[in-house]
Amino acid sequence: MIESGIETGMAGEKKPEGWNRPPVIVPDGEGDLLEVAMGPHHPSTHGVFRMDVALDGERVIRLKPVFGYLHRNHEKIAEGISYLGSMPFTDRLDYMCPLTNNWAYALAVEKLVGQAVPERAEYLRVILGELTRFQNHAGSIGFLTQEMGASGTPLMYAFREREKILDLFEWLTGARMMCNYMRFGGCRVDATADWLEATRKVVAGLPGFVDEFEQLLRGNEILMARTQGVGILRRELAINAGVTGPMLRASGVDYDIRKVDGYGIYNRFNFRVPLGDHGDVYDRFMIRLLEMRESLKILEQALKEIPGGPVMDPKAKIRGFRPKPGEAYGRIESPKGELGFYLISDGSPNPYRYRVRPPSLINLTILEDMVLGQNVADVVVIFGSVDIVLGEVDR
Amino acid sequence: MLGEGILKGLAETARNFVGSYFSAERLTTVQYPEQRIAPIEATRDFPFLVYDGADWEAGLRCVACQICEKECPPKCIYIEKSTDKKPDALGKPQFYPARFDIDISVCMSCQICVEVCPFEAIKMDTEFELSTTDRFGGLLYDRKELAKSNEHYHKIHPTEAAAVDAHLAGEKAKADSKAKAAVAAAAAKAAASAAPPAGGGV
Amino acid sequence: MFANLDQIFVLLKQFVVGLLPASWQPVAGVVLCVAAIICVFPALFAITVLLERKGLGRMQNRYGPNRVGPYGILQPVADGIKSLTKEDIVPLSADAVVHFLAPVFLVVVVFLGYAVLPMGRNMTLVHMDAALLFYFSIGASTELSVFMAGWSSRNKYSLLGAMRAVAQMISYEVPLLMSSVAVVMITGSLSLDKIVAAQNQYTWGLPHWYIFTPWGFAGFVMFAIAATAETNRSPFDLPEGESELVAGYFTEYSGFKFAEFFLGEYVGMLSISGLGTTLFLGGWSSPLAVLGWVPSWFWFFSKVMLSMCVYIWLRGTLPRLRQDQLMNFAWKFVLPLTLLNLFVTAMWHFMSDGWERWVICSAILLLAYVVMGRSGMHREHFGPRRYRYAD
Repeated sequence: MIESGIETGMAGEKKPEGWNRPPVIVPDGEGDLLEVAMGPHHPSTHGVFRMDVALDGERVIRLKPVFGYLHRNHEKIAEGISYLGSMPFTDRLDYMCPLTNNWAYALAVEKLVGQAVPERAEYLRVILGELTRFQNHAGSIGFLTQEMGASGTPLMYAFREREKILDLFEWLTGARMMCNYMRFGGCRVDATADWLEATRKVVAGLPGFVDEFEQLLRGNEILMARTQGVGILRRELAINAGVTGPMLRASGVDYDIRKVDGYGIYNRFNFRVPLGDHGDVYDRFMIRLLEMRESLKILEQALKEIPGGPVMDPKAKIRGFRPKPGEAYGRIESPKGELGFYLISDGSPNPYRYRVRPPSLINLTILEDMVLGQNVADVVVIFGSVDIVLGEVDR
Repeated sequence: MLGEGILKGLAETARNFVGSYFSAERLTTVQYPEQRIAPIEATRDFPFLVYDGADWEAGLRCVACQICEKECPPKCIYIEKSTDKKPDALGKPQFYPARFDIDISVCMSCQICVEVCPFEAIKMDTEFELSTTDRFGGLLYDRKELAKSNEHYHKIHPTEAAAVDAHLAGEKAKADSKAKAAVAAAAAKAAASAAPPAGGGV
Repeated sequence: MFANLDQIFVLLKQFVVGLLPASWQPVAGVVLCVAAIICVFPALFAITVLLERKGLGRMQNRYGPNRVGPYGILQPVADGIKSLTKEDIVPLSADAVVHFLAPVFLVVVVFLGYAVLPMGRNMTLVHMDAALLFYFSIGASTELSVFMAGWSSRNKYSLLGAMRAVAQMISYEVPLLMSSVAVVMITGSLSLDKIVAAQNQYTWGLPHWYIFTPWGFAGFVMFAIAATAETNRSPFDLPEGESELVAGYFTEYSGFKFAEFFLGEYVGMLSISGLGTTLFLGGWSSPLAVLGWVPSWFWFFSKVMLSMCVYIWLRGTLPRLRQDQLMNFAWKFVLPLTLLNLFVTAMWHFMSDGWERWVICSAILLLAYVVMGRSGMHREHFGPRRYRYAD
């Protein structure tokens, strides 16, 4: 092993002892490798994320992801505040999909205390969850094409539609993104008939947008050349690594928690789960596109069938409750994958242990396997296809 | 055929280019700050304290129960209870906050303080252009800066304020009728205890 | 009257030069023309930059720059002032002389190309018999400045970016030349003036532009692809891609030097569009015989600006090609088609005029395009896909 530290500065002055600069370690026999650190300041890393890549010419020999730049002690904070107080912090986990994070946490606490949810609240949860999924997938596809150099055009189209959805969120919950809307036993406020009507109008306009988006992207030869055959993830590896979400389904594994668990009232809706065959980047982003269409189907059904009634169980306590000692794991199919909350209660008003299963982090663990042997220009594309959000990876 | 997808993509972009001159759907920019989007009623930014009537100190609804301070997730509220009491909207003597500070640079607009307040005393404002050049306290709002009238609340959240007013009026009516019933019962008891000596004297 | 309007710049130059003593007149004439070119084309560069930003904005459902001046027309001025006032950072280990010379060299070389472009009737700066040869040799020199930039920065990433850029530019020189050779074959001369004159004829009011022939259309398409790659524009802009790893040959440049590279790139784009216009779109000739009264320089500049618009349109729509795909595309697809195009051009030349040669030449080119396209797309995992749903 050859270790070389950097002893002199730019003007030739000698640096003091213990100067904090990591040594360049070149393992034996690999003297020709080019070691590059991509990030954390990088236009394409979806946040503060670093990848230490070792290149042999253009091919990737080794990749080490380094994250933790956005660690905010979410789980530790949750141990110090009440169950209700953690709810706004869950918004900030996967900050592209706050409502689904809220839902997963509410599900976990409801399991812990044994709280039922009224039907109208379930319908509202499904509507908001699918709207979230739609805008997340649109943004994810947009960001992928932006990284491939399409100068942001599909991204702007996706964001144009996302704005409509965010306006709906603001109308109902009070905030465009950090919604803080789900509660243990239902939803915070009821949706008015006006809101439902406006949502129906927005949802009626979205299939046209998905068609336009598809026309712009699906048959584009350059896009196909950049993404097909790139970043292949085999079925067995995906299952073994615990990958979930669109990445798993693109590798051909039929596992959608909405169908497997049937949480909420998902088993009442008629929707299909698209599967890919090749497991490459093209499959992942096409699966997201197809899932956008399926979300629209669910939305149309839910908006038609939503019943009246309360959105919160009147006897449900949102604050000041002490769950009996025990544990619960609540999971949902978030747009990124399986988002789970594991809670251990010891009878006090604060949780004893609060653990988030972040889909982005677990999907990232096989990044190295996907990029080995590929071109360095593909690293960014493959990384974009995993669709991570650093808030979730680092919590 | 090779090149077809590219041509379709070019057609799509051209459609957006031409469409941006004719339809607002294809040019969605709102040129802030000259143009602004119509504010949505339910929007929430930072909290404020509601007071009834004209005098903010006397009409302040907050009774310093400190529930919002306990529930606030980032702990941005700091309350000091007073030592004396003043009558509240229902006439009952209550404590009031001698000091009520919110650090809005810490506040994350989660609205939990509003949800847990039993007295409808703290609500969410809609003002977001609050930048200041004073970094050592410019964003620390004290009781006086936070107190805004019920009329202001009606202006920014009309539906919500109407519902709150109806709820408070209902509470007041209930308290009034209970008080009236108590007075009537006391009067009846006094009358009953005063009657027998008059009847027994004959 | 319109003839005067058409020749207005020529007459103006003759008037100004006439004011000077006779021995100075030839030199003064040339200096005046050069000064005019140096003023006009950077102005066009400013317009193009603004057009690009606003065009991309409109394609993306947003305004482009619109704060600096009405409709943002003063934005290029603001950009210029910004780049002039920025600190000029030269890395300590960089080769200072080469570092300084690279952008200067680029700018000088791209301006040299304008010497032979016919910008209007009688408006060519230098009449050369081998004008096309001159243009291409000058154009190839731009690659040298790219390499100088990458080399002098003494930064391995810049060097890698420069080498990739040079490889790309060299690979696309060949299709660029080959597609122009077809034009030379039909015209019989390397002189750009003669090429424009050959296209300036009308049949039934429609012009004889080479783009309206099968071989000319194919040649124009390949010329356009090669020109996009030569100037490092999207979708071939990997060497300067911001979101890629290797930052590009001009990473170490800041301030005015960066502006010079930018200027060089866009002026090069204008120049090569000018060449493409001259070779395939008839140069300064008008599209319809009835419109012949419109000044010739108006047609030339409109065609050049139209090409700029197409460049911007391509940039706004297409993602970039990866380096190896870009090279594969050049050597395995574009080059064979250009060679076939030469053959088809020869056939066209020797067949007699009539509908047969149109049909046969078009058929050969179309067949070759489809066959090569299909075979190129037959790789594992490649092709349109259908997706199944879980049951």
